[in-house]
Amino acid sequence: MPETTTNDASAGGRPPALAARRITKRFPGGVVANEAVDLDVAPGEIHALLGENGAGKSTLSNCFTGLYRPDEGTLAVDGVPVEFHSPGDAIVSGFGLVHQHFRLVEPFTVAENVLLGEHGRIRRSEAEARVAELGDRYGLEVDPSARIWQLSVGQQQRVEIIKALSCEAKLLILDEPTAVLTPQEAESLFEVLRRMTAEGRSVIFISHKLDEVRAVADRVTVLRGGRSEGTHVVAGTASRDLARLMVGRDIDLGTGPVPRQQRPTAAVVLRVEDLRATGDRGETALDGVTLDVRAHEVLGVCGVSGNGQRELAEVIAGMRARTAGTVEVAGTVLTGADPRAAHTAGLGHIPEDRLHTGLSPSLSIEDNLALTAYRRPPLSRGPFLRRTRFRARAIELMERYDVRAPGPTTPTRVLSGGNVQKVLLARELSSDPKVLLAASPTRGLDVGAIETVRTLLAEAADRGVGVLLLSEDLDEILSLSDRIAVIYEGRILAVVDRADADVEELGLLMGGDVSHLSATPARGSA
Amino acid sequence: MIAALTHLLAQVPDAPTTVLTSGRGINDNLFVIIAISAIFYGTPLLLAALGEMLTERSGILNLGVEGMMLMGAVAAAWTSIHASGPGWSVVLQALVASMVVGGLTALLHAVLVITFRVEQIVSGLAITILAGAAGLSSYLASTWELASGPVPHRLDLLDVGGLADTPVVGPLLFHQNVLTYFSWLLVGFLWWYLFRSRTGLHLRAVGESPATADAMGIHVNRYRYVHTVIGGTLAGLGGAFFPLAIIPLWSDGVTGGRGWIALALVIFGFWRPELILAGAYLFGAFSSLSLTLQARNVEVPTQLLDSLPYLMTIIVLVVVSTGWARRRVGAPAALGTAYEREAR
Repeated sequence: MPETTTNDASAGGRPPALAARRITKRFPGGVVANEAVDLDVAPGEIHALLGENGAGKSTLSNCFTGLYRPDEGTLAVDGVPVEFHSPGDAIVSGFGLVHQHFRLVEPFTVAENVLLGEHGRIRRSEAEARVAELGDRYGLEVDPSARIWQLSVGQQQRVEIIKALSCEAKLLILDEPTAVLTPQEAESLFEVLRRMTAEGRSVIFISHKLDEVRAVADRVTVLRGGRSEGTHVVAGTASRDLARLMVGRDIDLGTGPVPRQQRPTAAVVLRVEDLRATGDRGETALDGVTLDVRAHEVLGVCGVSGNGQRELAEVIAGMRARTAGTVEVAGTVLTGADPRAAHTAGLGHIPEDRLHTGLSPSLSIEDNLALTAYRRPPLSRGPFLRRTRFRARAIELMERYDVRAPGPTTPTRVLSGGNVQKVLLARELSSDPKVLLAASPTRGLDVGAIETVRTLLAEAADRGVGVLLLSEDLDEILSLSDRIAVIYEGRILAVVDRADADVEELGLLMGGDVSHLSATPARGSA
Repeated sequence: MIAALTHLLAQVPDAPTTVLTSGRGINDNLFVIIAISAIFYGTPLLLAALGEMLTERSGILNLGVEGMMLMGAVAAAWTSIHASGPGWSVVLQALVASMVVGGLTALLHAVLVITFRVEQIVSGLAITILAGAAGLSSYLASTWELASGPVPHRLDLLDVGGLADTPVVGPLLFHQNVLTYFSWLLVGFLWWYLFRSRTGLHLRAVGESPATADAMGIHVNRYRYVHTVIGGTLAGLGGAFFPLAIIPLWSDGVTGGRGWIALALVIFGFWRPELILAGAYLFGAFSSLSLTLQARNVEVPTQLLDSLPYLMTIIVLVVVSTGWARRRVGAPAALGTAYEREAR
């Protein structure tokens, strides 16, 4: 017989949809991801989980869906104590999780993916109708017979939500759902969530963005360092207070520009003209990109993930072949895909996957720092490497760039994300580049490291480097850039000065909507 | 390794006389003869490749196919010599024994790679070396003196409905042994299983994206265990075909590298049973082509014919590794990787 636990969240007598008590989860190696976290989610509520990267938000949600088993603590659903041994148990209890990295089988159709969670409750022939019906009801239109890899990221997210709804989820957990969406897409997601809560379903909304939490959530629980900093009613709490709880100190909430001494000059250091390239699936990824970056300038390229940013960075860095167009770094025309030629011409590159593409994870810090310089003196003489110089250089760079590590021989794979990025920046900036190509340089870093990285990029621009910043984080683009280019489906839709930039307009452009542009946009000829 | 395989394949035994002399008139036509031997030599390839396809669909790569086939062959030969009862019963026992032994060998692989997360390539190669021509199967065969005389009870060709002498289709469709008929049923069943059944959908999800399957409440490792073991039973059954149908007298390494061909066939057939059937018979035809042609005094360099299966394998590997093919018909995305739920 169900046993009702006492709870303090339900004033109206209804037990909470989810009551978690003292959830603790440790990982091998002594990492405590969650410690004694309490959480109550009321029926029909959108409850935000707010915290920085690494605060334990995803771990906590994985404990709710049976993917992880908490080491301590209890869960109760609608007042009934439950224990999840596997994700199947959580589904039966009415939990649905939309992961940050979607859990979809790419070669399957939308309907097949939905069918996967049904365990025989509906037949194959009914799955498509089910997708269409749920899509209608909640405004989640998607073609049921399309294969997942053919869909945009935003559409894939809809499939994830449909999948959860199809399993009759009473509590939907969304892990950083807006990271891959334009502001407009995010707003329509919020609308879907409101429709769901109006039916009595509950939502846990995981985010590190205050404005989103404010826009969509009823209450918010703040996590910091794996511990709960308490639950607050969103309407009655100031953003500044939430931010302080999240970070543990006062922070500057503004996305105001990072201060700079030098204004951009007229000298163009990176010229990209009519660049075309195909993506991994043979699709058109770059469809005539034209860009100029000047000395002392940061040019930010914003866009929804998957619109050609990765391919653009790879082609400029010489890591992907182009089908047409030219790349010119500091006056040198780069022909063919040759990363070393690009580097020799004066290109520094901070790739998106900083640990695996940027560095060699198993090599030591000193060896990684030497990777672009070991071919010439002073690090080598003829065919011989001079290890003492490696060491001395590493110690000096680690000091200057504030790399926190046990020593220069520590393998880079054991470093935190922030220190990995500092090693990479130290290596690339120490070779005096004319152009710095930085792809999502702060993604996944903590607030302190984000500040350091942004300051380093701004300082580089002050020294005369032309910085091409590719990021999906609009706030980052706004805080660093002198000019902002919007990329959509492999084309630059518009380039605007930071001073004239308007978030609403950028958002529309990121979604491919150019109707509000009065002047002729800087489109590719295709 | 290719050189070794070529060497092994050069030891392909003579086609059994029963096959070559069956039928009359038009059934002695060269193309009918080639088709007959394609099916005959293709059957063990088909069984082993279907088993490996199931295993790989779950995301487990088992390079131990050759070893599992040899273990099945030893088990079948021993049972045929030592079991008692009427002939059909002894053959049935031999088939069951080969499946059990093949399945147990695959279970070893499953425990190593699923539970202990041993590198799948290493474990599979180790099993082939352990059980292979210079290993356990030869040791058992010499201990049990399997080579002292021919295997007494063998798979007989059935004459279904007395239609064996029908022109062309008679020897092909109505004059095969029970294992060949079983393999045909299996192709149909596996197609339905993979693409029409719910369990098959789950299996494909496990092989493509175990994290997704897990999140949907599908027991990833259970699926992997079951399909690895079933794959082993089918490899064992394919191995049994050698002592029970192809080569009556035991010789070490009796499967002659066919396990490796079966592995290539899975790729060749794009992980689909019906294409694997076509591939198995094509390879079966090549296996016997030089012998058949020589018997007919057709002058073709045997080295060229013998190398055709490998040449085709290379061409197919090149084709399937293009980005276009990978998206559409490629290997299960999670093939060869262990799944760990709390991996971070």
